[in-house]
Amino acid sequence: MALAEEASRTTTRTDAAPVRRPNRWLKNLTGKVAMLPMILTALVIFLGGTIWTIVYSFTDSGLLPRLRWNGLAQYERLWSSRKWLVSIENLALYGVLSVILTLFIAFTLAALLDRKIRFEDAFRTIFLYPFALSFIVTGLVWQWILNPEFGIQGIVRGMGWETFNFDPLYNPNIVMYGLLIAGLWQGTGLIMCIMLAGLRGIDEDIWKAARVDGIGTVKTYVVVIIPMMRPVFVTSLVLIGAGIVKLYDLVVAQTSGGPGISSEVPAKYVMNTMFGGQNLGQGFAASTMMMVMVFIILIPWAYLEFGGKKRG
Amino acid sequence: MKLTTKLLAATAIVSAGAAGATELEVMHWWTSGGEAAAVSKFAEAWDATGNTWVDGAIAGGGDTARPIMVSRILGGDPPAAFQFNHGRQAEELVEAGLILDITDVSEAEGWADIITPSSLLDSCTYDGRVFCVPVNIHSWQWMWLSNGAYAAAGVPVPTNWGEFVSTAPALREAGIVPLAMGGQSWQQNGAFGVMALALAGKEAWLAVNQDKNADVVMGPEYARVFEAFGAARDLSTGLNVQDWNQATAAVIDGSAGAQIMGDWAQGEFAVAGSVAGTDYSCLPGLGEVALLDTGGDAFFFPVTGDPEIEAAQKELAALMLSPAVQVSFNSAKGSLPVRPDVDLTTVNECTQKGLDLLAAGSTVPAGTQLLSPDTVTQLNDLMTEFWSTPSMTAAEVQQQYSDIIADAD
Repeated sequence: MALAEEASRTTTRTDAAPVRRPNRWLKNLTGKVAMLPMILTALVIFLGGTIWTIVYSFTDSGLLPRLRWNGLAQYERLWSSRKWLVSIENLALYGVLSVILTLFIAFTLAALLDRKIRFEDAFRTIFLYPFALSFIVTGLVWQWILNPEFGIQGIVRGMGWETFNFDPLYNPNIVMYGLLIAGLWQGTGLIMCIMLAGLRGIDEDIWKAARVDGIGTVKTYVVVIIPMMRPVFVTSLVLIGAGIVKLYDLVVAQTSGGPGISSEVPAKYVMNTMFGGQNLGQGFAASTMMMVMVFIILIPWAYLEFGGKKRG
Repeated sequence: MKLTTKLLAATAIVSAGAAGATELEVMHWWTSGGEAAAVSKFAEAWDATGNTWVDGAIAGGGDTARPIMVSRILGGDPPAAFQFNHGRQAEELVEAGLILDITDVSEAEGWADIITPSSLLDSCTYDGRVFCVPVNIHSWQWMWLSNGAYAAAGVPVPTNWGEFVSTAPALREAGIVPLAMGGQSWQQNGAFGVMALALAGKEAWLAVNQDKNADVVMGPEYARVFEAFGAARDLSTGLNVQDWNQATAAVIDGSAGAQIMGDWAQGEFAVAGSVAGTDYSCLPGLGEVALLDTGGDAFFFPVTGDPEIEAAQKELAALMLSPAVQVSFNSAKGSLPVRPDVDLTTVNECTQKGLDLLAAGSTVPAGTQLLSPDTVTQLNDLMTEFWSTPSMTAAEVQQQYSDIIADAD
């Protein structure tokens, strides 16, 4: 009897289930229809384009894409090319220094602005202003400033210091620092604004509590405020990182890869082989490697960021 | 009903108008002052035939313009005509059947007899069919010397590469940079090509560039060239410029002794009001081996499938090579005409030297006609690395050069 009852209860439960839960796919249908164009764009353009590029990187495509398999030859040539290796080294140097310096300078500036100084609006505008300029303009402006004859070196020598030497764009050993200066000048303002917004979001009571406990201002920033601003730092990091990987126009405007090949970057390698050299296959192989590099950095980070939350 | 008739009538008028005057869009990357003036000569001549020239200029040079043109052609919206450097740049477009075959025009106009040197027509010919119109000749094999700089240093203007090297210390003492060289890779690789032809001779140069013989690169003739190029690197220190015309400007104002650059540099001298022979001198083939390469520009005509446009394309092709247009275009451009049966009105001493060499048949095909753009890009990268890395030895660059030549297709 009890068994039969149990059985009938189970049947009713299974019978009732479809009635209570309608098809999951049809839930919120209008929203899904509205999302369809975006989903298609993402799938066809981003994913489709990526797969297409990877497939054609195994061919010997020249000016026009053609499916003539070439095995790993494009990758072998890529990794035996001096220019590519120099590009990778340059990007690594620029990337590491750019992340550290941008975060440091932007946070310092934001913290200073946050100390309720006079003319804050004016300073904020000045710091953010370079961001309104394109990389091409930034590159040209700094090319002139760093030009040994007309720029800083010329001016200092004109003031009487004849042996003063500062020509980063013409010295292969330090040319990346010349690019870095321009990149920081352009990009730091935006990160500063994001940091400032983050600082404004910190509750005033935190400061009061810190003051009651007798913690110094600098120490409060380092020990209390910065850990609280973690999401702001993550956003900044993503923005800076995207800027680093696609570093191209600044180099073109400032040095066009020179002197020699000492300031080449991967994106420029891709553009040059694809369009200058009319060798699509080689360009596709290089852009595929760029994507692999992004994944190498991104996957551990995503694992830490999102995997960690699940555990918590 | 009435409206439909009106519309039909209007359409008929419009299409009738189009039949008489075909609009052809022509894409090119000639945007500097002299270049734009030269293009307008084509446009004027074309408009004079009752047709319309639609100018599709793309700023930023060939490397920017070529991908735009190719994407237009692949995207099914081709221009009626476009400029490329003749040679191997358009090879794949021709293979893919996207370019109009103009062999009939070539035969009707007798191009095979009038185009000199014949290598220009050869580089427009794929499998026996003609696909483009060469419109001018530019050659690389020139050295431009500042008479003022040599006067200031108190030494006679050199007449060959050997004298140039031996007078260099005198220029240095006078505070003059002996050799002006821009920082862009194509300039350094181009100058190397000029030195290779002048110092290693035609045979070795052709073996490397035409037959892709890597053993010759490792041979003694080329070893000399690499040594000389390494020495030239030291002669150029002290002048930091990027663009070729900035380097030319240094020669014009006498702060540099000489520059190895193609004949387009003469345009800069002309603009600055310098006179050949008194203000500057020129040495074809560095004064060693007087040979000129014959690069230049050519027009291609994409397949449109419209017989009307096709007829107009062929008409334009014939027009571009007509004697009057050749003279007006090349005078404005500063290049040499592709047919020897026309007279350029006023030629200076240097242009005359070039014309004489062409007439004597002292020519070689241009590097862009022999090497694929891919190989040229690799050589550019190598030579610019060598030029800006003082620690890199001639032997190292020689080895890498031969590797690239061995892989060249």
